[in-house]
Amino acid sequence: MKRYVATRLATMFGVLMITLLITIALVGSNMDTILKQGVVFQVRAEITENPGIAESFSSVEEFEMFVQSQIDQRVKSLGLDEPWYSPQRIGITMYKILLLDFGHATFLTSDSGSSDVKEIIFEKLPRTILLFTTATIIISIIGIFLGALAGSKVGSVVDRITSSFAIISSSFPVWWIGMLMIFVFSFMYQIFPARATPDIPSSEPGYFLALLYHMALPLITIVMIGFGSWAYLVRNFMVGIMQEDFILAKKTIGIKQKKIVYTHALKNAAPPIVTILALSLSGSLGGAIITEAVFDWPGMGRLYFEAITVMDLPVIIGATYILTVFFLISIFVADLLYGYFDPRVRTGQ
Amino acid sequence: MSSISPQEIKQEFIRSKIGIAGISILIILVSISLIAITVIPVETFQEWNNPGNWISYPKVAVPAWVNYFQSEKIPEHQILDSPVISNRVQGEIIQTSHQFGVNYQYDDFPNDFIYEFTSAYSNSPLIQMSVIRPDGITLDLISSSLPYSENLAIHQERIFSTDEMIKKNLFLQSEHYRFSIQSLSSEDIIFSQIEQNVPLKGKYVFIINAISINSKIELTESKLIIGGKAFGVMGTDELRRDLAIGLLWGTPLALFIGLVVAIASVIMGLLYGVYAGFKGKKTDEAMMRFNDVIYALPALPFLIILSVTISNSIFLMVGFLMIFGWVGIAKVSRSMSLQIKTRGYVDAANMMGQKNSKIILKHILPQLLPYAFASIAISVPAAITTEAGLSFLGLGDPSFPTWGQILHDANTFGAAARGLWWWIMPPGVMIAITGLAFVFIGNALDAIVNPKLKR
Repeated sequence: MKRYVATRLATMFGVLMITLLITIALVGSNMDTILKQGVVFQVRAEITENPGIAESFSSVEEFEMFVQSQIDQRVKSLGLDEPWYSPQRIGITMYKILLLDFGHATFLTSDSGSSDVKEIIFEKLPRTILLFTTATIIISIIGIFLGALAGSKVGSVVDRITSSFAIISSSFPVWWIGMLMIFVFSFMYQIFPARATPDIPSSEPGYFLALLYHMALPLITIVMIGFGSWAYLVRNFMVGIMQEDFILAKKTIGIKQKKIVYTHALKNAAPPIVTILALSLSGSLGGAIITEAVFDWPGMGRLYFEAITVMDLPVIIGATYILTVFFLISIFVADLLYGYFDPRVRTGQ
Repeated sequence: MSSISPQEIKQEFIRSKIGIAGISILIILVSISLIAITVIPVETFQEWNNPGNWISYPKVAVPAWVNYFQSEKIPEHQILDSPVISNRVQGEIIQTSHQFGVNYQYDDFPNDFIYEFTSAYSNSPLIQMSVIRPDGITLDLISSSLPYSENLAIHQERIFSTDEMIKKNLFLQSEHYRFSIQSLSSEDIIFSQIEQNVPLKGKYVFIINAISINSKIELTESKLIIGGKAFGVMGTDELRRDLAIGLLWGTPLALFIGLVVAIASVIMGLLYGVYAGFKGKKTDEAMMRFNDVIYALPALPFLIILSVTISNSIFLMVGFLMIFGWVGIAKVSRSMSLQIKTRGYVDAANMMGQKNSKIILKHILPQLLPYAFASIAISVPAAITTEAGLSFLGLGDPSFPTWGQILHDANTFGAAARGLWWWIMPPGVMIAITGLAFVFIGNALDAIVNPKLKR
C-alpha cells in the first residue's frame, strides 16, 4: 500500500511540474514582453516624479542614455535579461509558483482592491467551492437514491424515465441550460437575478445571504443537468450487484426489497460511487469556467475567464496552478479510495 | 469480450429503436449540411462578422413565422429589389420610374424605410419619391436633385425615412390627416389611417421617378427596404445577421469538428493502447505513465491557454481537442489487448514468426473494431460541446462561426435577460440534437458490443 501511494504521489507531482512547465512555455514569451514594458514604465514614472533628475542633464541624448541604463540595470536585477526559457529563470519561476508566490496581477484586482494574485485567488476560491461542492452533494444524493430506485426495478417507468433523462441531459451543454434558466427565471418570471454577483459590497453583513440568493439559479441549473447521469451510473452498478448471489440469497430468505436495495446493495456499490464522486468534484471545477461566465458567479472560473480576456498572465498561471492542484488532489484521492476498496488495483493486477 | 461479425452488428443495430432514431437524426443533419454548403457559398458565410454585409437586414427581428401564432401581426421586414420599371421620353425630358408594391397587413408601424439606388447620369437629374396609399391618397415624399456632373457619373445613395425633407413634405400635406402629425416619425404618418394614428392595412405603391433633361438616366440596384420587426425563418441578431445562415452553416462545422476529433482520437488511442498492451513490460509501463500524465492535465484550462496563445483556427482547435481525446480509449484498448494477447491464435501467429505489426493489425485490432465504433459515436458529443464551450467563451475561430459563437454573441448582448429567445434556443437545440444523434448511435452500438448492459 505504501509503495502504491508513493508511486501515485510521485506521478502526481510529475504531472504538476509538467503542467507548470507547459503553461510557462505557452505564456512565457508574452510574459517577458509585459514584464519588460512594466519596468520601462516604472522607470519613466519615477523620473517624471523627480524633475531634478531631468534637469541635471545638459542634452537630450545624455538623458536618454541615463534612462536606458537605469532600465537595463532594473531588467538585469530582475533577471529579465536572460530569455524566459533559460533553465535558471524557469527554475526560479517554478519555485516561486510552488510556494504560491504568483506575483502581481497586471489588470485584475480583488474585491478589496489588492492586485496580489494570491489574494485574488483566495478570495474567489471559496465561492467556487461553495457553489460546486453544494451542487455535487445535492446531485450525488438525488442521483444515488434515484439510481438505486431505478436499478432495483429494471424496466420500470422510473427506470426508463431516469435512463432517458440521463441520456438526454448529458448532451445539453450546462451553460446553455444556464442561459435558458436566466431567460425563464429572470426575464419571463422575475424570481432570481440574472447576474449572480451580489450588488452589495462583500463587507456588508447581509452579503452572505445575498450570495446564497444569487447562488440559487446556477445551483439549480448544475443540479438539473448533473443528477441524470449520476443516477444512470448508480443504476448500472446496482443492476450488476442485484444479480449477485448474495442478493438473491437475501431475497429468498425474505428480507424486504427496500432493505436489500438501500443497505446491502448500495453498500457494495459504494466503492465506484465514492471514486466517481471524487472525480466529478474536480471535473466540475474545470466546467466552472464556462458556467461561472454565464451566471457571472464571482468565483475562480470567472476570474480565469476574465484573466484570459485581458491576458493577465500572472493570474492565468496562478489560476491554472490552483485548478491543476485541485484536479490532481481529487484524482489522487479517487485513486487511493479505489485502491482501498479494491485491493486488486494496489498489486497492479 | 467475444468477437461479433459485422453482419451480426448490422442486424442487431437495425433492430434497436434507439439506434435507428440516432441514424435518422444524423441523416437529417447531413442533409442540412449539404443544403448549407450548396445553397450558401462559404464566402458569404465568412462575411458573418462583417457588419457591412448585413446592413439591409433588421436588428433583433423575431422569426417571421411568429405571426402565425399571434392575432396582432408584427410587421415583417421586406427587402424589395425587383421594381416595375417604366421609361418615358417626352421631347427632351427623359423619365424612368420604378414602382414598388408593398402589401402591408400588419398591426404595427414599420421601424423605418430605406430606398437604396445606384444611378449613372450626367447633368443634374431630379429624383422624386411618392407613395400611393391603399385609400388612394398620394403623398409626395421627397424631391431632390442629384449632384451636378458634366460627364457621366455613377452615384450611390440611400434615402432614409428619417430624412428631414420627407418630414417637411409630409407636414405640407398634413391636411389629409384628422390628427396632429407634429411629433410623429415619417413612417408612422405614411402608414397611418386618416382618423387616428393606427396602421392602415392594404397595398401601398412607392414610386420613384428619376427625371433628366437631354441625357440618359438609369437607376440600378434599386431597392426599397421596409424595416420590420420580424424576419426570415430564424430572425436576426443585434448585429442584423440572419441567424438562419449561421445555424445552417453551423451544422457541417459541428459535424466536421465532432467526427474528425472523435475518429482521430479513437484511432490514436486504439493504436497506442494496443501497442502498449501487446508489447507489455517496460514499454507498457512507460507508455501508461505518459498516459497518466495526459489524463491528469486539466483539459479545459489548457485548451483555453492553447487557443489564446497559439491560434484559434478551427483546424488547430481540432488538433488540440485530439490531444485530450485519446487517453481514455488508450486505457481501455490496452486492457482489451492484454486479454486478446493471451489467446491461442496470437501465440500461434507469434510462433509462426509473424511480425509484430502484422499480429497487431491482423489479429488484435479487428477484434477491437466494434468497441472502436461505439467509442467514436460516444466521443462525438463531447468534442462538439467542448468546442461550443470554447467558442462560447469567445475563443472560437471568427472566420468559421459555430453555434457556440452565436451563443457567445447572444450572451455578450444579454439576449437571455432581454428575452430574445430566438437567439438562444436554436443554437443550443442544434448542439443538443447533434449530440443526441451520436449518443443514441453509441448507446445502441454499446449495447451490442457489451451484451451485459443490454438488460
